[in-house]
Amino acid sequence: MRFGVVTFPGSNCDYDSYMVIKDQLRKDVEFIWHKDSDVSGFDCIILPGGFSYGDYLRTGAIARYSPVMGSVIEYANNGGLVIGICNGFQILLESGLLPGAMLRNRSLQFICKHVYLRCDNNETPFSNRLNVGDVLKIPIAHTDGNYYWYQADVQELERYRQVVFRYCTPTGEVTDKANPNGSANNIAGICNKTRNVFGMMPHPERASEALLGSADGLGIFQSIVAYAASGVTA
Amino acid sequence: MSQKSKKVVCHISLKDGVLDPQGVTIRNALAQLGFDDVVEVRSGKVFELTFKPDVTNDVRAKSEEICRRVLANPVIETFGVEES
Repeated sequence: MRFGVVTFPGSNCDYDSYMVIKDQLRKDVEFIWHKDSDVSGFDCIILPGGFSYGDYLRTGAIARYSPVMGSVIEYANNGGLVIGICNGFQILLESGLLPGAMLRNRSLQFICKHVYLRCDNNETPFSNRLNVGDVLKIPIAHTDGNYYWYQADVQELERYRQVVFRYCTPTGEVTDKANPNGSANNIAGICNKTRNVFGMMPHPERASEALLGSADGLGIFQSIVAYAASGVTA
Repeated sequence: MSQKSKKVVCHISLKDGVLDPQGVTIRNALAQLGFDDVVEVRSGKVFELTFKPDVTNDVRAKSEEICRRVLANPVIETFGVEES
């Protein structure tokens, strides 16, 4: 199995993602430069966190039109697995691969801390190694993570079970107090209807070994590997 | 006689009903300064586009397309263009 990690100007979690795949999962991984447009031969593409293009205009808005994204969109539309983390999630929203948009955090602050996430759907390529109700401790680090979509559309997300992770208390209760940024329905991570594109604001690559304070993020990457090994396409 | 370059001003604003935490914070600051007649502040962005003097396309239509595709996020924002 071969992962590709896209590096945009301003990406800063590309190495973290690379190291998790290489050292923790022991799978093949390569960087993909934002000016490249060949993404063939990969089994999963990671859009990492960071501040692509300085977050100019809107988070992810410029990256969405970089040469590599044209190919990533085509790859995703053909069923390829794409995971966007933090800024990667914002890029997926801007590119239309995932629905909705990010608003500024309701506190207006950049928030960098460990939060708790509840798994609400484990029937996706990104969560199949988890159980529904599992609580993961994973850090967030963002200013624009306040997930927004029209109320009726959020209901549709719920109906199609596209919400994979929600912000919760350490015991798994989804409360407003446990919502760090004001996201609709405490949404922390969603997938598309066909389940092959997934975005989340928290950083599982920063929580994939005990030395970093939590290894709870590893289950997400292990799910991708398990899914690819099963040979079923999304 | 040299031709004047064409300018278009694009105004981007959040749609009605979309939470604007920056606007709320500015309004609170205004109230603190004594400007308590202001009941709401909505923040936005302004972009000034300068086109080549010999541009032949419809500048307004082109600017609207630029707003739609790049400058505004249609999920949360609306836009207006103004030729000057």
